[in-house]
Amino acid sequence: MEPKEIAEMIKDRYPTEVREIKEFRNQVSVIVNRDRIKEMMKYLHDTPELYFEFLEDLCGVDYFGKKELRFEVVYNLYSIRHKHMIRIRAEVPEDDCSIDSVVDIWAGANWHERECYDLVGVNFKGHPDMRRILLPEDWEGHPLRKDFPLKSDLGEQEWKGLKEVIEIARKNKQYEVT
Amino acid sequence: MPAAPNGIDEQNAKTKELTINMGPQHPATHGVLRLVLDINGETVVKCTPYVGYLHRGVEKLAENRTYLSALPLTDRLDYISSMSNNIGYCVAVERLFGIEAPERAQYIRTIMGEMTRISSHIIGVATHALDIGAMTLFLYSFRDRETLLDLFEMTCGARLTVSYPRIGGVRNDVSQEFLDKLYAFTEYFPKTIEREYETLLNENRIWHKRTKGIGVISAEDAINWGLTGPTLRGSGVPYDVRKYAPYDAYDKVEFDVPTGKNGDVYDRYLCRMEELKQSNRIIKQCIEQMPRGPILAPDAPKFTLPPKDRVLNDMESLIHHFVLITKGQIASPDGELYVATEVPKGELGFYLIGDGSGKPYRMRLRAPSFVHVSVLPELCKGALIADVIANIGTIDIVLGECDR
Repeated sequence: MEPKEIAEMIKDRYPTEVREIKEFRNQVSVIVNRDRIKEMMKYLHDTPELYFEFLEDLCGVDYFGKKELRFEVVYNLYSIRHKHMIRIRAEVPEDDCSIDSVVDIWAGANWHERECYDLVGVNFKGHPDMRRILLPEDWEGHPLRKDFPLKSDLGEQEWKGLKEVIEIARKNKQYEVT
Repeated sequence: MPAAPNGIDEQNAKTKELTINMGPQHPATHGVLRLVLDINGETVVKCTPYVGYLHRGVEKLAENRTYLSALPLTDRLDYISSMSNNIGYCVAVERLFGIEAPERAQYIRTIMGEMTRISSHIIGVATHALDIGAMTLFLYSFRDRETLLDLFEMTCGARLTVSYPRIGGVRNDVSQEFLDKLYAFTEYFPKTIEREYETLLNENRIWHKRTKGIGVISAEDAINWGLTGPTLRGSGVPYDVRKYAPYDAYDKVEFDVPTGKNGDVYDRYLCRMEELKQSNRIIKQCIEQMPRGPILAPDAPKFTLPPKDRVLNDMESLIHHFVLITKGQIASPDGELYVATEVPKGELGFYLIGDGSGKPYRMRLRAPSFVHVSVLPELCKGALIADVIANIGTIDIVLGECDR
């Protein structure tokens, strides 16, 4: 099916949810509300003529200062059976930064959602294991947000973890074999 | 009841569940992967992978660099198949800007991509066999990989982090000597596979016992988990981006997509072996059909640094050079797209958002290794500890790509 037809099908089925349909270089994005995202994904996965059995990618995007609702969770779906694709973009506001998890539909979404939480800071409701994945557990902030600094603001100052490391090294010295 | 002579009360002795740590520095984890295994005797009850030791923030870095200077970052993802990553990135950016590489460049890229596939599969299979205990293949296969790396060096001066493809083509043309040597390689390589690789493993009874019926993934599960590449095709799904959404010259050459039947470690191994032969076939056809002509698109000066001698002698080139370094490309289109390419490990996807400036607003990398590691807990549940090693080998991961 052509991507435009798929977008129209989604719009017919969920007229209140779909906000906008965008096309760029033959790829179609459907921008939707986040509230009924799981139901919508289930529809895309189960309907025989759509049959999006393969979640290619899931990621979060921060539109800091560019859009009214700051975040977006982007789902790139592909159907191996029908060889067609569609992109769903669910808008997520900053003050309640969460969306329903789709792990029940695609098991492969598990780590993608954890990564999205880790780097962009979107919470996935109903996810079985919502922890940081790439960064250490005690990391502060979410680096892929646009307001997260690229360079450390410590400058020439020493890294705050350094004191702790030196302390541990000093303690361990007593066990050294001479 | 008296205790046994060794002091163990054998009647009441019980096996206790134990948690052990495997990695991050473990020779069989192909990099810095840490697994926490809950074991009951020899059986794994639960396996929890921890990744991120190699996280460098490639996505964040790319947002702050121009399209051209983000190219070397992609080398460092899957560092044993850097050429494929470069090609994937270039194809994505080309589609975003709406330019097309000339035919000769497309053929060169196809050749390079397939050379990378051979060298990556060689490492994948050889280290996989090495982990399980079949060391000989490693020694034989690295001889052939050396030939390929020498050919890379001949073309672009680097062996691993090549950065050879450019947005809109390739950096420099290949020489006739390169093509002749590569052709000679394609003549003898299939014989080597049959005579050496397959004799060492296909008929090996220990290899069969260690790989058959281990780590079985059904076709439905494999798709649901988002597996791609030979790891998916071993389960019998013929999904290959080169066939489903051809890029470069893949629609002009003939090749088959090998699939397995049972979805176990052995079938995935067979898929990789067959892919070596198919890649060889593609390279051969590309050399035979190689057209003449330019290697950079007419629009390419807006994207790629001009050659140094032209910068020093030609005013126009000097201006392009200056603008590219300081500002980046002239206004990218306002749009977003997802472009997937088939790299040796699976499907490498780039999701690019252009916002009209010279830098990508967002560059998302869909790394196959990341998805493949996530399936490890499922594969290892109920398996023996020795099978964990076989499972890590069979999903063919590189942690540089997984952690980005």
